[in-house]
Amino acid sequence: MALILELTVQAAQMMLVLLLAPLLTGFIRKVRARLLRRQGPPLIQPYRDLLRLMRKEVVLADNASWLFRVIPYLIFAATWVAAALVPTFATGLEFSWTADLIAIVALLGSARFFLALAAMDVGTSFGGIGASREVMIASLAEPAMLLIVFSLALVAGATQLSTVAAFMGSPQVGLRVSLGMSLIALVMVAIAENARVPVDNPATHLELTMVHEAMVLEYSGRHLAMIDFAAFLKLLLYVSLISCVFVPWGLVTAGAGPWSYVLGVVFYICKLAASGVLLALFETAIAKMRVFRVPDFLGAALMLALLGTLLLFVSRSL
Amino acid sequence: MISDAAVLLWGVASLLGTAVLAIAVNRTPGSGTRLVYGLTLGISVAALLVLAGRVLEDPVTPSTAVLPVGLPWIGAHFRLDALSTFFLGVIDFGGAMASLYGLGYGSHEPSPHRVLPFFPAFLAGMNLVVLADDAFTFLLSWEFMSLSSWALVIVHHRERENARAGYIYLVMASFGTLALLLALGLLSGPGGNYTFEAMRAAGPTPLVATFVLALMLLGAGSKAGLVPLHVWLPLAHPAAPSHVSALMSGVMTKVAVYGFIRVIFDLLGEPTWWSSIIVLFFGGLTAVLGILYALMEKDLKRLLAYSTIENIGVIFVSLGLALAFKANAMPSAAALALTAALFHALNHSFFKSLLFFGAGAVLTATGERDMEKLGGLIHRMPQTSFVFLVGCVAISSLPPFNGFVSEWLAFQAVLQSPDLPQWGLKVMVPAVGGLLALSAALAAACFVKAFGITFLGRPRSSAVEHAHDADRYSLAAMFILAVLCLLAGILPGLVIDGLSPVTLSLIGSRMPVQMAQPWLSIVPIAASRSSYNGLLVFVFIAISASAAVYVIHRFASHALRRGPAWGCGFADGVAGSQYTGVSFAQPIRRVFGTFVFRATERVEMPAPGETRPARFNLEVHDVIWETLYLPIGKALDFATDHLNHLQFLTIRRYLTLVFLFLIVLLLVLALWP
Repeated sequence: MALILELTVQAAQMMLVLLLAPLLTGFIRKVRARLLRRQGPPLIQPYRDLLRLMRKEVVLADNASWLFRVIPYLIFAATWVAAALVPTFATGLEFSWTADLIAIVALLGSARFFLALAAMDVGTSFGGIGASREVMIASLAEPAMLLIVFSLALVAGATQLSTVAAFMGSPQVGLRVSLGMSLIALVMVAIAENARVPVDNPATHLELTMVHEAMVLEYSGRHLAMIDFAAFLKLLLYVSLISCVFVPWGLVTAGAGPWSYVLGVVFYICKLAASGVLLALFETAIAKMRVFRVPDFLGAALMLALLGTLLLFVSRSL
Repeated sequence: MISDAAVLLWGVASLLGTAVLAIAVNRTPGSGTRLVYGLTLGISVAALLVLAGRVLEDPVTPSTAVLPVGLPWIGAHFRLDALSTFFLGVIDFGGAMASLYGLGYGSHEPSPHRVLPFFPAFLAGMNLVVLADDAFTFLLSWEFMSLSSWALVIVHHRERENARAGYIYLVMASFGTLALLLALGLLSGPGGNYTFEAMRAAGPTPLVATFVLALMLLGAGSKAGLVPLHVWLPLAHPAAPSHVSALMSGVMTKVAVYGFIRVIFDLLGEPTWWSSIIVLFFGGLTAVLGILYALMEKDLKRLLAYSTIENIGVIFVSLGLALAFKANAMPSAAALALTAALFHALNHSFFKSLLFFGAGAVLTATGERDMEKLGGLIHRMPQTSFVFLVGCVAISSLPPFNGFVSEWLAFQAVLQSPDLPQWGLKVMVPAVGGLLALSAALAAACFVKAFGITFLGRPRSSAVEHAHDADRYSLAAMFILAVLCLLAGILPGLVIDGLSPVTLSLIGSRMPVQMAQPWLSIVPIAASRSSYNGLLVFVFIAISASAAVYVIHRFASHALRRGPAWGCGFADGVAGSQYTGVSFAQPIRRVFGTFVFRATERVEMPAPGETRPARFNLEVHDVIWETLYLPIGKALDFATDHLNHLQFLTIRRYLTLVFLFLIVLLLVLALWP
């Protein structure tokens, strides 16, 4: 019986991230539009976009290879698995020990690896520019992310997200400088990884400034739907990650009753809404930076994360 | 009952016999190639079977053999223990795969008589190094391995580049052997105890241990490719035929790692904590610089060689961590770090062999190593490109492949380090962890470039037009390696448990039994702290990808139309307008290269009205070569020039010189305390 409940919760989590991911993006777009005093698209516009893309035919470049057609599914699968492994409303899920935080970061790395390859498949300059900038961003964002993971692991004594979340919810955490540094660094990395302003602009199609959009320029129809969906999932993943580590209240622990799960979902949606508003506020308040300013931005994140980790290593013995 | 070590020595003897046979048969091309590679394949597989039997039965009890050759009153000692069993497995498996690949690839060799005798000899040399149990045999085998591989490097010696590569390799290899000779000489002490047994029992003084560590870093490090001793590696490895490049990069560097582990972990006894700082420093430096060099490279095989340097750095970082933990009596953490190092050595032998085989297939099909002249090979060589892609994913340490598991173990070892008491290590370890993460991210970028420029996009030259897939032997070797990359990634527990006798014998501790974990997860310390399950990750990805494909094909439109690529209204038919390897690396070069390579970009714009085209000049410096090796070379030239006149003295002057030298010697002897 307990096992069935556990499996149901795990399946519910997988479906929940799938259902909520487009909504979060739609919500952010709506809030952004309202902040700019525009009406904005309806909340469910991302769902409509996905359905519309799925119904359209695929226009494939003449020399696109089999890899180009396989990659959207791989990216979607890797991102979905990663998103499903981050605790959203409950910790200690049936399969949460499959991959720890390092593995989740690496799964996203796999998705990015394949996306960059897909961008280079057709052999246009757009694909190349997108892929080369993406790997440059990743080469700074990934170490920063791993150093953040180190900090969290040193505080909580584990890289297992459920354990980290449980520890962060307990009173023994206290206020720590390193955690503050990690939070700032994590937000910076999340912005870069999700191609948001100021690193990249998801709404632009101006070739000199785009990164993510340049990579997916050749995609259309159902393939583009998969890639867009993966991008929605990735944004949800980072928001869930930040909220489960730094705002761990309301997370249901394993073995609680069904009602607490419902309550947990409500808490989770509130957290998503709050982070969506914050992200939209931040994005409207800041301008996009030049591509070669991005290394400075991410370098700051890297330094913050390293400082946080060093501080922890050093303060252990005091 | 003949001992396992003796059986393996018979294998070595038959490899040497094959080498002699190859000299005899090389007048008949074709069949001779088949015969030699067939024999080496058979011998390697037989050796692997012996080793497998050992691992299953009793991997711990050493098996020894003594031959009455070598120094007269000592003989040649051989010993097979857990450590040498593991490395012999790596060597013989690599040898078997290279032979299988050679069965097909060897037929394209224009001068087989330069390759065939040395290939089995090279394998024999590597086997002997790992089996050797006394200093004399070890050094002799090491030099034999170096020289036979040197002969393979200069197979195509008429090409200017290769001759230079051979020269630099020879100089560096001699230098390395000299360092090893001094290290083992120090260990054997004034009494001349040449056997490893006696060295182990002697227990060196701290001063001797320091010198031995430095000399081993120079000797084994130069063979493995530690920065700044790596300069020969990216020249020599690519110069050899591709299956030999695979052996040199995938296997011979592991023999160097073996030498380092044997002396530092086994013969030296208890390490000091600061020795680990030196190893960590050079490991981290090697990892990051190696992969940055690889990113700047446009020659496919040299890119792979530089990536070998990076992987050696990763292995040495893990070894440094193991030393630090061992010195501080933290055996379980030390076992974790050592397991990470050995696992990565095994993984690297898999995917680097695979990638060099793939590069060899590309070279055979197109005659090009320069990536800027390739592109679009995925259409012409579908199977080769598939296995090459697997190798790229594995080496970029992405789950669910094997490279990720060993990186993950290394990160877990880094996370054990806050308990270390020394301040130096406290500051060093997180920084090195950051370097490790940086090198992993850069490796992914590097292999996006390697695969993307070589296999994807549009053909950049006519060399690509008539390319076709490799022959079935080569493909078989590559597919076996690709499957192993996946298997070691999804069943890492099997490998970790297989490594436990090695860590037990060197550190006295082991990681927990992994195959007993539920769902075949790997759990370094405790499940609540960290665990990873490659099998489930693989299954989950497979299930969700299939689900996505099913849903899309059930509900979405099936329509598909081919059209020209989108070019913003300018349809460009010129393949040269694509991104090249150099332009792909530009953003990373701007971030790291201005500092590491002193890279400068200059645009020469013609004045208004002029008709000449604008030019873009890129200048990249190999800083290590220019600041370290060129001055040494200049100093040597200077010294030889000025000592040259000593060659033309009269006999009286020579006698005076000899007399003066004798007096100085006697004075030194007299004044020596």
